[in-house]
Amino acid sequence: MVTIARAEAAEVWRWLEEVPDPEIPVISVVDLGIVRDVHWAGDDLVVTITPTYSGCPATEVIAQDIRAALAARGLERVRLETKLSPAWTTDWLSDAGRAKLSGYGIAPPAHKVVDASRIMKPAIACPRCGSARTAKLAGFGSTPCKALYRCDECREPFDYFKPH
Amino acid sequence: MSAAQLELLLRLGDNALVLAQRLSEWCGKGPVLEEDLATTNTALDLIGQARLWFGYAGELEGKGRDEDALAYRRDAHQFRNVLLVEQPNGHYGDTIARQFYFDAFHLPLLRALSASSNARIAEIAAKSAKEAAYHLERSTDWVIRLGDGTEESHRRMQQSVDDLWMYTGEFFDADAVDREMTAAGIAPDPAALREPWLAMVRKVFAEATLAVPGEAWMQRGGKQGVHTEQLGFLLAEMQYLQRAYPDAKW
Repeated sequence: MVTIARAEAAEVWRWLEEVPDPEIPVISVVDLGIVRDVHWAGDDLVVTITPTYSGCPATEVIAQDIRAALAARGLERVRLETKLSPAWTTDWLSDAGRAKLSGYGIAPPAHKVVDASRIMKPAIACPRCGSARTAKLAGFGSTPCKALYRCDECREPFDYFKPH
Repeated sequence: MSAAQLELLLRLGDNALVLAQRLSEWCGKGPVLEEDLATTNTALDLIGQARLWFGYAGELEGKGRDEDALAYRRDAHQFRNVLLVEQPNGHYGDTIARQFYFDAFHLPLLRALSASSNARIAEIAAKSAKEAAYHLERSTDWVIRLGDGTEESHRRMQQSVDDLWMYTGEFFDADAVDREMTAAGIAPDPAALREPWLAMVRKVFAEATLAVPGEAWMQRGGKQGVHTEQLGFLLAEMQYLQRAYPDAKW
């Protein structure tokens, strides 16, 4: 019987906070709300993740990155479980994650997802100059999770992380 | 597992896959860069949804068919998508009209399926509905922009919605599969989705200054595997690699 020095779940969470999202490397998979649970099942570490958008190509990369990050900490027996419900929502974005998005030039979701029929209606502040004089150019940007906007004040285009 | 449940999952997965394949044909040649991206992102969402439906269908069937086998190893008569989604892209107005008719049907369908008595169907539908809401928002915006645009865009958009109208009737036809699924609380009665769909079409067309097409002969058969000639050409391209090199891996 080999005794394994088991990392506390809280410590694993901290390690996962260092795993960047492959599409938006300024925020981590924890900031994004992709990691839903971490617990030990016997000698296996079980990490539960949820995909953001169904077709997001980053999902598989994220799983690989999580495995690699944990392997680098000496954790080899890692089981990744995918959970669809409750469906991922931008309401799970951490405050730190929102601030990092803004600093990176991506406007964070303007509100919580309360009424899905009003999703794109509020004025979105420009992450560069803060002006609310902005206009949507397209409902989808460089990835499905973002829309493309233009600031009519500073004239810069920017991405908007849509409430989802 | 009932045969009807497998049919239901194939209908859902095939609608998403076939429309995604059509939208992917715009990749690199959208009318403007933003639309090129938006079209292919919509396709990406739909491919993701198709994978979820097929993954579950393959598990339920229990014959070892995975999502790839279902996507690449079935021929046209084994596909269960509605005829609308296999229609060619045409010009951008045609693509937008097809997308709007489908989105206005897809979103309420997915929302109703979110309350399915089958928990797995409910969770896939709830996730997909959030994506479909953005698809509908976009196609609605474009129907209005092109319908209430220039004289030419209005004329062409009206022609597009008229041309595709005959493919919308089968959304709401219930057959034995639908009746069994409705009775089991797994899926909504398709007929019950018709009025909300029509109300949405009327509202958006009014804003777009477009006339809602009147009573017409409706094409049907896609849900039962009787397709237009368009699907065979689409599959020939989509399935080429797996047909030519079976089991080829990326």
